[in-house]
Amino acid sequence: MSTATTDRPGTERTGGDAWAGFAPGPWQDAIDVRDFILRNYTPYEGDASFLAGPTAKTLRVWDRLERDYLSEERRRRVYDVDTTIPADIDAFGAGYISEDDDVIVGLQTDVPLKRAMMPSGGWRMVETAIKEAGKEPDPRIKEIFTRYRKTHNDGVFDIYTPRIRAARSSHIITGLPDAYGRGRIIGDYRRLALYGADFLIAEKKAAKDAVADQGFSEHWARYREEHAEQIRALGKLVTLGEIYGLDLRRPAATAQEAVQWTYMAYLASVKSQDGAAMSIGRLSAFLDVYIERDLAAGTLTESEAQEIIDALVIKLRIVRFLRTIDYDQIFSGDPYWATWSDAGFAEDGRPLVTKTSFRLLQTLRNLGPAPEPNITVFWDPSLPAGYKEFCSAISIETSSIQYESDSQIRDRWGDDAAIACCVSPMRVGKQMQFFGARVNAGKALLYAINGGRDEVTGKQVTEEGLHTPITGDGPLDFDEVWQRYEEMLDWVVGTYVEALNIIHYSHDRYAYESIEMALHDSEIVRTMGCGIAGLSIVADSLSAIRYAKVTPVRDETGLVVDYLTEGDFPRYGNDDDRADDIAATIVHTVMQKIAAIPMYREAIPTQSVLTITSNVVYGKATGSFPSGHRAGTPFSPGANPENGADTHGMVASMLSVGKLDYHDALDGISLTNTITPQGLGRTKDEQVTNLVGILDAGFLRDED
Amino acid sequence: MSTSIDLLGRPAEDRRTGAGIDGMAAAELDRSDRLTALREGRLASIHSWELVTAVDGPGTRLTIFFAGCPLRCVYCHNPDTMEMRRGQDVELEEIERLLRRYRRVFRATGGGITLSGGEVLMQPAFARNVLRAAKELGIHTAIDTSGYLGAVAREEFLADVDLVLLDVKSGDEETYRALTGRDLQPTIDFGDRLARTGTAIWVRFVVVPEWTDAARNVELVADIVERWRDVVERVEVLPFHNMGQDKWDALGMEYRLRDAQPPSAETVERVRAQFRARGLTVH
Repeated sequence: MSTATTDRPGTERTGGDAWAGFAPGPWQDAIDVRDFILRNYTPYEGDASFLAGPTAKTLRVWDRLERDYLSEERRRRVYDVDTTIPADIDAFGAGYISEDDDVIVGLQTDVPLKRAMMPSGGWRMVETAIKEAGKEPDPRIKEIFTRYRKTHNDGVFDIYTPRIRAARSSHIITGLPDAYGRGRIIGDYRRLALYGADFLIAEKKAAKDAVADQGFSEHWARYREEHAEQIRALGKLVTLGEIYGLDLRRPAATAQEAVQWTYMAYLASVKSQDGAAMSIGRLSAFLDVYIERDLAAGTLTESEAQEIIDALVIKLRIVRFLRTIDYDQIFSGDPYWATWSDAGFAEDGRPLVTKTSFRLLQTLRNLGPAPEPNITVFWDPSLPAGYKEFCSAISIETSSIQYESDSQIRDRWGDDAAIACCVSPMRVGKQMQFFGARVNAGKALLYAINGGRDEVTGKQVTEEGLHTPITGDGPLDFDEVWQRYEEMLDWVVGTYVEALNIIHYSHDRYAYESIEMALHDSEIVRTMGCGIAGLSIVADSLSAIRYAKVTPVRDETGLVVDYLTEGDFPRYGNDDDRADDIAATIVHTVMQKIAAIPMYREAIPTQSVLTITSNVVYGKATGSFPSGHRAGTPFSPGANPENGADTHGMVASMLSVGKLDYHDALDGISLTNTITPQGLGRTKDEQVTNLVGILDAGFLRDED
Repeated sequence: MSTSIDLLGRPAEDRRTGAGIDGMAAAELDRSDRLTALREGRLASIHSWELVTAVDGPGTRLTIFFAGCPLRCVYCHNPDTMEMRRGQDVELEEIERLLRRYRRVFRATGGGITLSGGEVLMQPAFARNVLRAAKELGIHTAIDTSGYLGAVAREEFLADVDLVLLDVKSGDEETYRALTGRDLQPTIDFGDRLARTGTAIWVRFVVVPEWTDAARNVELVADIVERWRDVVERVEVLPFHNMGQDKWDALGMEYRLRDAQPPSAETVERVRAQFRARGLTVH
């Protein structure tokens, strides 16, 4: 074991040579990565002409990966599973893609794409996934996690109430993280690079001991126990470094080390947690400071800088978790949302666009398009033109960029926020989310009409006598339906939030994210990320009830199983206030009901409208609607208009979605668009300009 | 809001109308008020509107499809716009409201308003008022027309038009008449006037197999377009498609191009080359 350069933090906090040349500031005395970035980064306002292509080494590593591993995996679904070693930060020996694989090192297990067991979430999921991968679980491991070690899943089901079980089995609430890792926590992985593990451990020890004399309370005990877990995890992270011959105790001293250290911190988290979304944060401006320093010193070339970023992105593309086929269906594949947030503006008005923002996009050219890392650009019409055009060009070439409104995120969450998963913003290292999956707001409308009977099975799901169905054969009356809908939402939202509180209580106890939380401040903000699915269907259905004539169709038991809709009605997604106002009211109403309920750990309730991947599953479990949406067919994603209902162009649908109040959906609102490049213009230049224009138009705020 | 954009490699050349006037208030006036309003250009019969990018002029555009057209093109893919009575009454204030609402979109995208149809010049008083309103707001204006009614567009009308998307459907009188039921000469006259007034033109030519694709016909079209060379910014060669068929069926109208195939890529490229040979910018 090597000796650290800063092993007595508190007395020596200069970072040694690692910090040479950096502008000093408060970041040297206490953990403050944002302060470091703002004092040291160089905004870049130029174009993409400085970029370098892939090096021969990058191409060799990528080809090897494709030839020996990725192509095999596509054939088998799962490349391999380790069935004997439960995952942990330091559980596996070193592994490499190839002998060339030395630019950025580290794998989740000892072989690329080999998946590890993470049984703390629940044993059943692990066992099913192993069997589906064609292997048998080790009986010894099974005994440990079914007999001696309680899991998150066990804890949740010990506490669940009858109404939660009823709502789960009827699929009005689905996809809850009660048997798998919740994710949606972004460790501030940059901290390891800037400060080194010794510094971080010392800070956590100090925070733990600062409360030592406060006397026992459950809150106090949890605080001390969680800190002990975090300190232990940081120790394992140091061991992980040693496995790969790296001294992570000290700060990173070069650009290559800054990327390597940051990746090691991230790697520790994906070795110990298989959360539904394991996002990496906001790295570009941070890493760019190191790259600029090395470029200026002549110790790094542009080609080498690009090679380091390419190598990191290669590693992010091969993160794998052991998932069941069912899970893959809910999430439409095997995503893990290594979301990398970039660009936007600093609060001091400078764009947070650096050359490394370009290098990140360049990976899509050098390595070809891929869904991971999920590159998310914080867009603002006043971003530097060169960057906007490069984003647009790469979007047109690869379809691999997601855009968020920078001003909305910055106003609420500051300029060092990043997205977890697809839309959830949080201050990096200062805030985490309790992931809440989503409630089927569409199905809730059908329950409202049927008095809590399930429209698919006919079963009474809500408590007998609690809700009155709408009776009679006449057309539906808007006011009556809306009142019943509100009453049903009280029940659905109440049941939903109850489940979330239980889940996160249990997850903290049995599957605590030690390393991710070690890379957070000791006192953090927590949000409860609730979500809804089926917004457009409810909006269009209520619009049909209000503006057209909707007659329920009943089966022999009186259950409404279909609707006869006569006449035209406005549909959400056409910049028509009549329908868009209904959609905004639904989001607002659900949010009010969520906010009325006390949250576990004083979490701030938030809401998202973002089902990007699970629309098929929600649709399958849901009946027909007054809007004309047919039973069993997929919902449209997120806040999108119903499939085919937005007939007035993409910009009109963006403006409709823009009417949803962000304050009602602070966890994010998503709109997925599909355009043909040809649909953007006749020439590549015209396409690039027009896409920039569309994004600008969609993200502009109202002038009035 | 977050938006992710998937770009598919599918070619899209269809230009169907929007679907209805959602978001615009339909006007309800009694008969004599209605006629007065129509005459004064305060009311028009509108088929639909749409916010589109890259097809009806530069940037993102508010395209208003007017109802009613004097031509009966055999390949029309929007036959539901042929008759004025199929539109809905919309008042000028409604269009003005949309212009104000989308001004920021136009500014961000370098777009504007495009009056299309149907035939916008069937309702010139209304069109003129819309164009005036747009220019007062500093918005780029385009009209999409066959030019057949070009004579009704007076000087002050053209003064408010920044761009004309001019369909030259054939270069040969006989073919033009067979294709549209009307004469070609008014279109030529209109283009000549635009060339004189210095109004920018984007020429559109639809390649319909066996109707317009003959090399000789294309040469005749190119001859006409060349007369306007100083104001023609581009020629858009659009392959015929059969996606309007459902509309003909829904209207119970006889569709003479049923089951006709789109032109081959080679044919389209040959047509483009013919225009290019005249030194024109061709897409």
